[in-house]
Amino acid sequence: MAYSDKVLDHYENPRNVGSMDKEDQAVGTGMVGAPACGDVMKLQIKVDDNGVISDAKFKTYGCGSAIASSSLLTEWVKGKTLEEAGQIKNTELAEELALPPVKIHCSVLAEDAIKAAIDDFKTKQDKDEQAKSA
Amino acid sequence: MKLPIYLDYSATTPVDPRVVQKMTECLSMEGNFGNAASRSHQFGWNAEKAIEHARQQVADLINADPREVIWTSGATESDNLAIKGAAHFHQKKGKHIITCKTEHKAVLDSCRQLEREGFEVTYLDPEENGIIDLKKLEAVMRDDTILVSIMHVNNEIGVVQDIEAIGEITRARKILFHVDAAQSAGKVDIDLQKMKVDMMSFSAHKVYGPKGIGALYVRRKPRVRIEAMMHGGGHERGLRSGTLATHQIVGMGEAFELAGKEMAAETERLMGLRQRLLDGVSDIEEVYINGDLDQRIPGNLNISFNFVEGESLIMALKDLAVSSGSACTSSSLEPSYVLRALGRNDELAHSSIRFTMGRFTTEEDIDYAIEQIRTNISKLRDLSPLWDMFKEGIDLSTVKWAAH
Repeated sequence: MAYSDKVLDHYENPRNVGSMDKEDQAVGTGMVGAPACGDVMKLQIKVDDNGVISDAKFKTYGCGSAIASSSLLTEWVKGKTLEEAGQIKNTELAEELALPPVKIHCSVLAEDAIKAAIDDFKTKQDKDEQAKSA
Repeated sequence: MKLPIYLDYSATTPVDPRVVQKMTECLSMEGNFGNAASRSHQFGWNAEKAIEHARQQVADLINADPREVIWTSGATESDNLAIKGAAHFHQKKGKHIITCKTEHKAVLDSCRQLEREGFEVTYLDPEENGIIDLKKLEAVMRDDTILVSIMHVNNEIGVVQDIEAIGEITRARKILFHVDAAQSAGKVDIDLQKMKVDMMSFSAHKVYGPKGIGALYVRRKPRVRIEAMMHGGGHERGLRSGTLATHQIVGMGEAFELAGKEMAAETERLMGLRQRLLDGVSDIEEVYINGDLDQRIPGNLNISFNFVEGESLIMALKDLAVSSGSACTSSSLEPSYVLRALGRNDELAHSSIRFTMGRFTTEEDIDYAIEQIRTNISKLRDLSPLWDMFKEGIDLSTVKWAAH
């Protein structure tokens, strides 16, 4: 299968590879996918006091399109508010990377990953609030 | 060194220049272009002579009588003709067939078709090393079993089944025995005087011959009867009608003769190359060889690099023409059914790469491949969340994944 130039670029020079401390209150972690399906994505976001994503890191086990989808996503979410980041659609990622139909699930996974990371961050904040008010 | 390096000889092989030469002599007005079925003139007689010579060349490699060799379009057709042809002819005796889960799709899908027609098929599980336990094979044989179809050499993992021993069991029970030998001809010895095989499928393009031509061996003593699928002029003893493709057949004959002559030297050379590749990667952490390493053709090495997904590894190894055991490149996201049948877990089945070496592979090629593999495995593991978890000591089988 021929890959688009954008997929190849992200695959060969992936952006924002790495990990953050998942216990950090300012960090939200999303881990989606399953080894049985051939792809697992871990996306982490760091959120500042204004609710803006100041940093994002990823690690992905999967095909080139899965790696490219998560790499692109980290670029897109940086500087966005949680609300803006939560509105990123898989179709936008798929379009930007020119993913073929058989690889659309890679972009779906990336959308799931940012949603999971946002949820994780919010859950942490809620617990924090409860702890403070208790 | 010319890039990319071809390491996919089990998919197909280039035609040997010596074979090309023979083939080109059978095409034009000046050459041997006649129809072998033309009995009334020299052109037909010349074509027939070339075809019968090729039939002898194929028969010689497998120690058979040339009258037992039927030309087909390839191993897929041979498998179809043998399995469906035998099943249809003998269905009054019984409707049970035995095969193995790691067979080629040409065998498995022929069996599926027969199931739709009312036959019953038992799909055996091989052992973890890919080899069939003969006791388990014997245990599933029944009074109404009419056919056993087991491949000689597996296309993905290269393991060699004990065809001679299976033939003893099937013959004693008067069950027909078909063997898909597409991956074994010219690589391991085939002696049909010793092996009690009733039908055997061959392909030319796996042995440095052209695509589009193959053969089916059909035993004469004791006589094996099958029903034809292709009807027409009654060519090939009525088993496969259609004008014979002289150039293709001559190519296959020449390829088989060369394979026979060079097999001993080539086996030794490929063994050396395989060991070189193995030595070059075996100290990488979490590397697994799929399939038995001893009962295996010399040119095959199938390796799982744990925690690295096969398709992305193939993408990284863009200077190497290899194939992934994982079928991610097709529309199906299922990992290799062969590796699953060996009991490999999902991660390992998704992480496998098949390297197959052949006549034109050099030591230099292998050294380059090793360097590429080492660099890219470490790059992709740095990217892999599974590798991190493994390093943290997390047992991945205990993690609850959100399957999608």
